[in-house]
Amino acid sequence: MKMELIQPFINAADAVLAQGLQTPMSIGNLSMEQEAYRRKGVAAVVAITGDIEGRIVFDLDPETALRVASFFAGAELPASDDLVKETVCELANQVTGNAVTTLNDQGFHFRVHPPALHTSEHGPTNTEDTEALVICCETARGNVFMNIALRYNVRLPGDLAAAAAGE
Amino acid sequence: MEQFASLKRSKDGQPVRYLVVDDSVFARKNLARIVETFGGQVAGEAGDGMTAITEYDRTNPDIVLMDITMPQMEGIEAAEKIVAQHPEARIVMVSSVGYQENIVAALQRGARHFVQKPVKPEVLYEVIKYVLGEDVAVAQAAGAGA
Repeated sequence: MKMELIQPFINAADAVLAQGLQTPMSIGNLSMEQEAYRRKGVAAVVAITGDIEGRIVFDLDPETALRVASFFAGAELPASDDLVKETVCELANQVTGNAVTTLNDQGFHFRVHPPALHTSEHGPTNTEDTEALVICCETARGNVFMNIALRYNVRLPGDLAAAAAGE
Repeated sequence: MEQFASLKRSKDGQPVRYLVVDDSVFARKNLARIVETFGGQVAGEAGDGMTAITEYDRTNPDIVLMDITMPQMEGIEAAEKIVAQHPEARIVMVSSVGYQENIVAALQRGARHFVQKPVKPEVLYEVIKYVLGEDVAVAQAAGAGA
């Protein structure tokens, strides 16, 4: 997965989390994950289709999800409150939407699907095409994990030019 | 949350009435809290485009805040249908997906403006003032000018 696909997600996560949580965000661990995704806590998945296809999972451990949702709600929420899940879904939606906006400005065209709660313990096994990059976004309210698995669905203009030049 | 000078309807001095449309309960609550800091009143809520159309007919709001990506019927299509029935409708699209094609499509199909999520209250406040134009007045704070 090329960095040009990833950087917009990092920038968007920084903008959304820093503004929403009113605390600085920093990037912790970055790792590639080729094995099946394992859910950590409250997770939301956003699918994108088009020139680039794949999915982004936002995953917060239950305590962090509760802290974040309570902060946004302006009151302590019970762990069972559906608003905790809603908050994670909307954060996923906002980060993905902002990242996709940047990628669209770079010439990629695609459609963002509404976020869905990721309830199963595991996700599909990643392939060579869709190996996932896991980014840990560290905030004062806890870590937010972005698990990004994307692949190009069309050849890039640069690749076509290189092919035409016989490289 | 920051408090803003209240926006009142020019014709009767009553709070501006909003229809908030978003499939996310979290986003609707967030928008409701923001418009309350503008002195506004949420007249209705909807979680998809179809419901937005019926809620518009039921509540006849002064302004609609409409998400784009929603199940069943997306916001741009709902905006087009509402404007077809109510050409005077003021609809502001509020979406995290803010690329040019989306904005142009929304404006061409009847929306008056676009605000990208995450919503900055000060941006939304100015957009609402702009979209409502002479139909809204900024209420003077008590004792101002005394």
